[in-house]
Amino acid sequence: MSDFYQNEQDIDRFRNRTLLAGVLVLLCFLVLFARFVYLQILQYDYYTTRAESNRISLVPIMPNRGNIIDRNGVVLARNYSAFTLEITPAKTMGLEETIDGLAEIVEIELKDRRRFKRLLEESKNFESIPIRTRLSDEEVARFAAHRYRFPGVEIKARLFRQYPENTLAAHAIGYISRINTKDKENIETDGQAANYKGTEQIGKVGLEAHYEYELHGTAGYEQVEVDAGGRAVRILSQTAPTPGNNLQLTLDATLQRVAEQAFGGRRGSLTAIDPNTGAVLALVSSPAFDPNLFVDGIRFDDWDELNNHADKPLLNRAIYSTYPPGSTFKPLMALGALTTGKRTAAQTIADPGYFNFGNRRFMDDKVGGHGMVDMNKSIVVSCNTYYYMLANDMGIDTIARFMGDLGLGRKTEIDIPGEATGILPSPEWKQRRFKRPEQRKWYSGETISVGIGQGYNAYSTLQMAHALSNVVSYGRVFRPHLVHSITNPTTGEVRLVEAQPIRQIALKPEHVDFIKRAMAGVVKEGTGSRAFAGAPYESGGKTGTAQVFSLKSGQKYVAGALKEKLRDHSWYVAFAPVDQPKIVLAVMVENGGFGAQSAAPIARQVFDYYLTGKVPGGPAPETENVEGDAGAVIEEEDGHEGH
Amino acid sequence: MKAIKRLLLNLFSHLDLPLLAIVLALMGIGLLTVYSATSSDGFDKLDKQIINMAVSFVVMLAVARTPPQTLMRFAVPLYVTGVVLLVGVALFGVVVNGSRRWLSLGFTRIQPSELMKIAMPLMLAWYFHKYESALKARHFLIASAILMIPILLVLKQPDLGTSLLIGASGFFVIFLAGLPWKVIIGMGAAAGAALPFAWTMLHDYQRRRVLTLLDPTSDPLGAGYHIIQSTIAIGSGGGLGKGWLNGTQTHLEFIPEKHTDFIFAVFSEEWGLLGNGILLVLFTLLIGRGLAIAAAAPTLFSRLLAGALTLVFFIYAFVNMGMVSGILPVVGVPLPFVSYGGTALVTLMVGIGVLMSIHTHRMLVKK
Repeated sequence: MSDFYQNEQDIDRFRNRTLLAGVLVLLCFLVLFARFVYLQILQYDYYTTRAESNRISLVPIMPNRGNIIDRNGVVLARNYSAFTLEITPAKTMGLEETIDGLAEIVEIELKDRRRFKRLLEESKNFESIPIRTRLSDEEVARFAAHRYRFPGVEIKARLFRQYPENTLAAHAIGYISRINTKDKENIETDGQAANYKGTEQIGKVGLEAHYEYELHGTAGYEQVEVDAGGRAVRILSQTAPTPGNNLQLTLDATLQRVAEQAFGGRRGSLTAIDPNTGAVLALVSSPAFDPNLFVDGIRFDDWDELNNHADKPLLNRAIYSTYPPGSTFKPLMALGALTTGKRTAAQTIADPGYFNFGNRRFMDDKVGGHGMVDMNKSIVVSCNTYYYMLANDMGIDTIARFMGDLGLGRKTEIDIPGEATGILPSPEWKQRRFKRPEQRKWYSGETISVGIGQGYNAYSTLQMAHALSNVVSYGRVFRPHLVHSITNPTTGEVRLVEAQPIRQIALKPEHVDFIKRAMAGVVKEGTGSRAFAGAPYESGGKTGTAQVFSLKSGQKYVAGALKEKLRDHSWYVAFAPVDQPKIVLAVMVENGGFGAQSAAPIARQVFDYYLTGKVPGGPAPETENVEGDAGAVIEEEDGHEGH
Repeated sequence: MKAIKRLLLNLFSHLDLPLLAIVLALMGIGLLTVYSATSSDGFDKLDKQIINMAVSFVVMLAVARTPPQTLMRFAVPLYVTGVVLLVGVALFGVVVNGSRRWLSLGFTRIQPSELMKIAMPLMLAWYFHKYESALKARHFLIASAILMIPILLVLKQPDLGTSLLIGASGFFVIFLAGLPWKVIIGMGAAAGAALPFAWTMLHDYQRRRVLTLLDPTSDPLGAGYHIIQSTIAIGSGGGLGKGWLNGTQTHLEFIPEKHTDFIFAVFSEEWGLLGNGILLVLFTLLIGRGLAIAAAAPTLFSRLLAGALTLVFFIYAFVNMGMVSGILPVVGVPLPFVSYGGTALVTLMVGIGVLMSIHTHRMLVKK
């Protein structure tokens, strides 16, 4: 305090500066208060929403998938609950160490690890992914004792799809498997994204795929309060899921088994339809596979074996594989001739054993021919020459129009995906099918081959059964369907899948009756007689043989001398009983030789069971070489074209 | 009995009741909020914080009884000790969370930068007091050097928040001592010019904090997460708040550091704009009372010390609430008297004690 005035000045300056500081403090606090007003009053709604969405998480609850039962109530697909060991990668201390540690407690095989790795690539880091499925009770207990060592690992009870009949009707039922990227896109296109939030599996093939949205049900959800770590704190509200609808099939499980076993492992397919409703009674593709393998992600070696097997068990031959129908085409040709007025039943031709067309000679398989042949005989003895001439007279356009009307060369709209269109050859079809001009031209010689079901003709057993069913029901066309009714398990409401004809083909009943009688003749005295000897019911049928390759001029077809894969495919189409048909079927055995040899005995066992309840003792036998049903043998004199 | 009564009277004779009332109110808010912030973790930190408060209260009483002349004698030794310890930290410090802030004494760890928050204004106030009435430019230069040494040491740790508080405490002394305006303006301009350079000196995480402040949504799950979640907490509190113990952002762990640096978000969510207003009024009263004490103080030393300490309380409060509400970058500064933590509380209460000492000893000096 050396200088009083100096001191006074200092104090004044100090007080001024203190005052200034105080004002600045107030200003700063006002800025803060303005900020609080902005956040808490002006933006209150926005931040409240943010806080709510922070804390509330919607957790979907998966609905129970609908069951699938056969027409008599036999369960073909259902769900069961089992424990799985699941890892949430984001919550673990280290994925590899966790899995290695788990392997000491529960059995984890190399394939489990492989599958886990694959699922990991497809999922997000915070999703829980199964490392082991179907734990035993003992394993569950052992893990429970050690669970503190494994953060991010949980035991979960999950519903698994189960196909209790294993391979039975596998192709028809199909299977469910993990949703992939493409499925996700489809779900989004179908506007089902919200409903599938918690769903991990989807129908991939067969009925499981076609009726996916019926079977799936509606997801429920829980409003869960979660903390910042995503852990559920408490449940705020719950909306229960609605289980999926149950499907009751038209399929008869026992009939299906009889039909499958009749194949005895041979490659081929069978479609059996009730001509009065379009109900599919059996749909066989042989060999089959076990759909249970796919449910929790198929293991690599299982997939490898199924996918690369020479017999292609995953292929649904009944709807997808098409073959020339061979002589099974003849009754349809005959009906076409009657309907279009190109032939009367009584008109006869003289069969010299061949048909000359231009510079080519189309052979009948009976050397020397069948002599005088009328329409009935042409079917009973399967006379090629009759149909060479008929085809030539009708012309390809008429044939194509009539066969198309019967349902050939177009999809039947059966209720499982993956159906082939087949090939109904016609000049238009060639135009569409081929690129080079010389290929696109229709040669009239090709019409001759079409007449006996060879040439470009290619149909599935489904299509052939459908066409024949349309015939024996006097032109009433039903959509072939595997599902009889859809039941809502909650309300008990039952919806029938249509049993109404979708269209009517203009056929004269007397023409149909004539064809039915002729086909009954085939069974009584023709190419089908051996397979159906002693049957206590009357059935109509027609054998057929589809050529796998064409014989060169002068070669004689000797089945035994050919490698199995080069043997002809064996066809049989049939219906029974003749007067009031209850079942129509088409059977095809790949490389089975003559139709009467392999296919007809299978049809016999199916009819026996369906009409008399007789369960066969074993696979259908192959009858010894039956004459009279070879494919076309064309002697080509200029080597113009082959097929 | 009489002896005890006299001792008690003696003990409490140097209290400033307005200041005490304000601090107790803030501590009460602190206890309520610490309880709310920690109760959902299964164990609350209430008893620990009560102990912290009791200890700091005793320290305050002791400091309040110490006359300013005695405090002045501690200025140089405390400052020198502080600098030596900071050098020690730089050489032998313990690294926690990437920062070298602690010095291990074997049985416990101390944070010398905390000491500096008091030692710095004490030292500078002493220095200006010593050269009172003869202040020349060189004195301001030396004062700046005294200020910069510890700041640089703390920045090196790195601890942006503490160096900011130390720097502020020193700067306020120099400012109040009469640093000419042209120098202040010049320094401001120089600082503005040095900003790009300083930017390159900052650590990555410090730079990120500044960038995040400018646009929190640029990194919503990383550096921006804290600010976003605390702003949501404040905003969703609304006018009257969600009610004590009902803050969802708090109890579901969305707020980081919720019982320490971000405790204001917890308070704000549960008590709303009304609570914030009350808090701001309390801090305004605290600072007003402190500045009044400074203005009434008899010596340059006590004026400068009281003024600087008071303005540091303001810096604490402003920086903390500013960062939590998203208008200032995230620096580790607690909300004074409210945030959980013993060390910071003791430092703050030493400051309060100093203010009380200055106020209650002013008559003695005059006599």
